[in-house]
Order: sequence, then structure tokens, then C-alpha cells
Amino acid sequence: MSSAQDGYYLPQPSHWPVVGSLGLALTTGGFAMALPASAGGEMGSLTTMYIGFAVVVFMLFGWFGVVAKESESGAYNAQVDRSFRMGMGWFIFSEVMFFAAFFGVLFYMRVFAQAWQGGESDNAIMNLTHDWLYSEYKPVWPHAGPTGGEVNAISPWGIPALNTALLLASSVTVTIAHHALRAGHRGALVLWLLISVVLGFIFIGFQVYEYIHLYSVGVKLTSGAYGSTFYMLTGFHGLHVTIGAIILLVILVRCIKGHFKPESHFGFEAAAWYWHFVDVVWLGLFIFVYIL
Amino acid sequence: MNSETTHDDHHHGAPKGLTRWLFTTNHKDIGSLYLWFSFIMLLLGGTYAMGIRAELMQPGIQYFDPETFNMLTTMHGLIMVFGAIMPAFVGLANWLIPMMIGAPDMALPRMNNWSFWILPVAATMLLIASPAFGWTFYAPLSTEYSGGIAFFVFAVHLLGFSSIMGSINIIATILNMRAPGMTLMKMPLFVWTWLITAFLLIAVMPVLAGAVTMMLTDHYFGTAFFKAAGGGDPVLFQHVFWFFGHPEVYIMILPAFGIVSHIIPTFSRKKLFGYTSMVYATASIAFLSFIVWAHHMFTVGMPVAGELFFMYATMLIAVPTGVKVFNWVSTMWRGAMTFETPMLFSIAFVFLFTLGGFSGLMLAITTADFQYHDTYFVVAHFHYVLVTGSLFTIIAAAYYWLPKWTGNMYNEGLGKWHFWLSTISVNVTFFPMHFTGLAGMPRRYADYPLQFADFNFISSIGAFVFGLSQLLFLYIVIACIRSKKAEDKATDQVWEGAEGLEWEIPSPAPYHTFATPPEIK
Repeated sequence: MSSAQDGYYLPQPSHWPVVGSLGLALTTGGFAMALPASAGGEMGSLTTMYIGFAVVVFMLFGWFGVVAKESESGAYNAQVDRSFRMGMGWFIFSEVMFFAAFFGVLFYMRVFAQAWQGGESDNAIMNLTHDWLYSEYKPVWPHAGPTGGEVNAISPWGIPALNTALLLASSVTVTIAHHALRAGHRGALVLWLLISVVLGFIFIGFQVYEYIHLYSVGVKLTSGAYGSTFYMLTGFHGLHVTIGAIILLVILVRCIKGHFKPESHFGFEAAAWYWHFVDVVWLGLFIFVYIL
Repeated sequence: MNSETTHDDHHHGAPKGLTRWLFTTNHKDIGSLYLWFSFIMLLLGGTYAMGIRAELMQPGIQYFDPETFNMLTTMHGLIMVFGAIMPAFVGLANWLIPMMIGAPDMALPRMNNWSFWILPVAATMLLIASPAFGWTFYAPLSTEYSGGIAFFVFAVHLLGFSSIMGSINIIATILNMRAPGMTLMKMPLFVWTWLITAFLLIAVMPVLAGAVTMMLTDHYFGTAFFKAAGGGDPVLFQHVFWFFGHPEVYIMILPAFGIVSHIIPTFSRKKLFGYTSMVYATASIAFLSFIVWAHHMFTVGMPVAGELFFMYATMLIAVPTGVKVFNWVSTMWRGAMTFETPMLFSIAFVFLFTLGGFSGLMLAITTADFQYHDTYFVVAHFHYVLVTGSLFTIIAAAYYWLPKWTGNMYNEGLGKWHFWLSTISVNVTFFPMHFTGLAGMPRRYADYPLQFADFNFISSIGAFVFGLSQLLFLYIVIACIRSKKAEDKATDQVWEGAEGLEWEIPSPAPYHTFATPPEIK
């Protein structure tokens, strides 16, 4: 059923979801087949995974292309717009919970596991691991655990502080772009959105540079508790910044093509919400991973 | 099924052929897909259970070596939880929520299709993996597992992806698509319980995704999340897993509460007793589900303060659950009751789920749990709440709404046979497990000492009867769908005492309903 005068827009049957499922099957299945059958083995070919990834990208372009076309044709009324808003909001909530799991792991390792392995608990039973296995071990964060040796601390006041400034600035510029869109200033909209995208990609560049530097001084994914939590948290955040920057880039292209109206521009707002979300996660990372 | 739909601009009939199901954006089609998928998974998971009970029928090793036996218990658990129970409830949500709130469809119909079509991919990957480290995949057993774990990990990722998208859709539908006049406190209880369930799913499925991601990197990429030698902690895995896992068990029971709250009033010919308290009790249970997870791990080594906190918090859940049970019983009190199959399953639910709740209270007592932990007492407990709890209400729901979906009444006589066979055999299967568990028989072993032989034999006989009884259910459903007999035709209201928007539309429900929203007084 296509849109009646002011009815809720219900889409026709669509082949994009099934294409997406096929893409996910090839991506995850290809990756799973490439991983070594036993720990420490050789990685196999990732060709299937890349093909699957290409299918997923194809699906995203196709599906979002349809949505953008429907949106520009005025098919969506205010109620549909509200569904999209709720959908994006709850999706971001699910992402918050994903990161919360890893922040929880970091908290547990530093507050509980470290004290128990170091024999610092008031509760004698909780110190048994220390007493029986690692009686010499005195962990001081950052550490790589009883058998991992020393780990170099990362100073928060170099690249991480710069990255904080970059990401905060990009959140401000996105907001300026949003105001420009609402005021109908298309030139300012494109300019400020472009600046946001560039700031995002500079952030990613710095993050890559920092990773290369850290690997050269021996802070690796395999560096025990510290390496695991550091790379998992900053890595997933970096992945989300990359996705967010690509989303902003797509929105930028749509802005240049003249999409969005001052009073209705959900696609833009969803991208901006996502961008603010990765910004907030970064503030959490900066405080709990880098400073504390 | 669609022969009676009208053909004008606003009411297309169902498309034909395979692409109808592959590309569908219709909530009723997607609901049917979910329900059939879950039924296939129920039979598959049941087949694994038959294997388990065949092996345990007598002491000694009969059919499976211990590693294969471990695979059977693992896959039975994973398939039943993620393949049978959860998709069945999502299927019911898809079919019923738009009809109950007067919406034309789900809020995001294309995403709705994707939520379903990820499931067969995930199930296939789960079957490829077929791991043997228990459905809870505790580290370090899972992280140092000799086989590949990647297919398992990605299967869980995809299942989570599907659940989160399905839940986002359900929340957006409930909050945004209600007919004018249907305030939150006028919503049918099935809608209320699913709103809260969807919130739980969005909150905890990402945590499960985090858990399996760490398991993957620990296994393949040398991280040390669950390795003490690297400063991690295997117990940490259990905390992360059960932070997901406890809300998960309420995800599998809250929609069941909603279903029973529809069926009991209908066949008691009374309004539900205590609607408002039902809503608040559901919300309270959902809140408590986040602060009780460590009762699954009392014996793993925790500070005493932690053990006490989780014990008392767990026991608190008995209060809102008790409110619900009293409300159902009070609804039946002095009602003009009749005992059609959905009502029989619902009454069995109230009684047997409560029994499972009581054994849960016993397990909540920390000191007592040191005796019960990882014994068949636990197996008895969670099968009473999951089989006679969740599964029984799914079956009750199927009987209750089948006439609305198909336009035909099912065979009531066979339905009663299905009920009595299931109810008797399920108790023959699981009641003796309380005794073997209290006597100390541990879970997850392919063999056991001679003293447990009698009760295990009884359990196995019960399990075979229960398994076969479900084939009768399959027959009843297919016969109902295919019936052409005039005397089987269902009326619009179907049940004399049924109330709600879904009973005001024709049976079978047209392909598109409520293109213009009804007015709710």
C-alpha cells in the first residue's frame, strides 16, 4: 500500500533486507572460515568476507537510496518521522549498552581483579589466587597481568587531548551546520558539515598514528589486561567514529544535492545524534582509559 | 487464507509465490514466518533433547560419547532459547500488536523483514558450529575450546542484531502507532509486556554481543579478558554473561504473562483483576532483573556482601510475581469458566510456573544453593519456568488466536488430547529431576551412578511422550489452516468472552487491517 493522502506510509515488498542477510552471511561466514581452526594457526583467505562486505555496502546504498528518494518525494508524514526518530534513539541506546559492557569490564579489572590478584582484598578468600599462584605479583595499572610484564603508560596530554579537542569541535560544527540548515543557509550548511567531516577524519588519522606508535613501543592488543581493554574500547570507538564520519559524508553529499528542508531533515539529525554519541563515548574513554 | 480480502486501492491481497515471503513487509506474513521458524527450531531442539534422554535412560554410555553428549545439551539449550522461544514471542508480537493497538502495520516494515531473515542465517551458523561447551559458554572452557568458535560467536552476533532490530520496531510501533484514544493504560497487557520486554532486549543483547566478542579475541587474537595470567578473570565472563542472562530469562517469560492475562479473562468471562498492578508488577520485575544476575554464580567465589545482596534482591522478585499469580487466580474467582484448550494450557501455566517459581526461591537462598548448584534440581527449575511457563503459553496463544489467523476453529477434541498428553508427560519428565538433583546428580554428564537410575528412566519415558505429543500439535495446526469445512468457520469474535480490537475484525484477519485507525473510547 503506497501512501494515502495523509496515511502512514507502508512500503511495498522489498528485496533489500534479504540482500543484507546474504551480505551478512558471507561477511561473517567468510571471516569465520578464514580464522584458524586452532589457536595460533594460519589465517585463511578473506576473499569471501570482502565479497560479503561489498554486498552489505551495496545493500546500504540501495536501501538508504530508496528511503532518501521516498523522503524527498514527501511520502513520509509526521508520524513516520516519529517512528524514525524512535528507531534511531533506541538504536543509539543499544550502542550505549554495548560500550557499557566494555567500560564495565575495565572497571571490574581495575577495581576487583587487580586487587584480588595483588592480594589486597580485605577478604582472605578473595586473595587465594594471589596467595597460591602469583604471590610475588604487585599489580600497578597499567599492567599486563602476572605473566605479562610491564606496560608503558600512555600520556593523555598528547594526541589523546588533541583528539578530544578535535571531536568536541566537530560536535560544535555539526550543531552550527544544523542551525544553518534550519535557517535555510545552504552554503553555511555545506561548509560547516564539511568541516565536521574533515575533523572526524583527522581524528581517525591521529588514532591510527597513535596505534602505530604504541605498537612500536610494545603496547599491543596482547599486552594483557591493559592492552585488551585499551584496544577493545578505543578500537570499537574508532570503528564507530569511522562509521559516523562516513554517515556524515553521505549526508554532506545529500546536502550538496539539495536534499533536506528547514522543517524536515531527519536523516541529517540522525547522523548528528550518532556523531554526538561517539563524542560522548570518547569523553568517557578520555577520562577512564587515558587519564585515570 | 487471503481469498476473502477485498481488492481496492488500499487493500491489496497477498502477493504470490516465494518472493511473497522473502520480500514481505507485512506484519502478518512476518509473524507467520517467525512462528513457523520457531516451530521448526522447537522440533530440532526437541530432537537434541530426545538424544539426551535416550542416553540418560540408563546408566553407562549407550549412544553418544561424552563430547557428543555435551554438544547435545549445548545445542538443545541454544536452539530452544534463541531459536524456539524468543522467535515465537516475536512472531506473536508481529501478528498481534498492530491488530491490538489498531495500527496498519509495524512502524518500520522493511526492517521488520530483515529482523526475521537474519535468523535462518544465524541458525545455520549455529548448526555449523555445534559447540560442546554448554549453552552458557563459560570461559575458559569456551575460550580454550579445541575447535573453532568463530561460527558460534557470529551466530550470536547475528541473533543479537535480529533481536535488537525487532525490539526497536516493537517499541516504535507501540509508542507511535496506537489508534487515537488508546492511552498507555488502556493498552492490552500483551502489548504492555512486550513493550517492557523489548526494552530489556535492547538493553542486554549488546552486552551479550560484547561477551562473545571478548571470547573471540581471547581465543584468536591473544587478549586476556578472561585469563588470570594476563590480569583478566574467568569469573568476569560469568558476570558479563549473566548480566545479559538474567534479563534474558524475563525476556522469555514477560510476554507469556501478557498472553495469560488475555486468555484467563476470556474464558472466565470477567475483566482481568488488577490491570494496573499487572503493569507495575511487570515493570518491577524488569527493573529487578538487572540487579540479580550473580545468583547464577553463588558458588564461583564472591565476597559475602555480594552473595547477600544478590540473594535478597532475587527474593524480592517473588513479590511482583506473586502479585501476578494472585491477579490471575482472582480473575478466575467466581468467573463463568469454561475449559477450552487455550484456557487449559493457561491454568496449567499458572500452577506449574508457580511451582517453578518456588524452586527458584529455594535456589535463591545462597547457602542452600551451594547444595543445589549445577544439579538436576536447577534443570527441573528452569524447565518448569521455560517449558510449562514460556512454551505452554506460546501453545496456548497459538490455540487462542489460530481461529483469528486462519478463519477456522482447530479440532477441540484433539487440542484437549494434546493438552493432557503434554501436561502429564512434562511432569513425568521434570518432576523426578527435583529428586535426582536434591540427591546430588550433577547436570551435563553423559553417565551417572546407579542410585539415580530409576528416576532417570521415568524422566526419559516422560520426555519421549512429551516430544511425540508435539507432533500432534503440528497436525492440529496444519489441519486447522487447511480446513475447508463450513462447520469449522470461526466467527469474528471467535470466543464468547473475548475482548479487544483483534476480535472486532473479520476471521481470518484481512491482509491489511486498520488502514484507517479505529476510534478507542
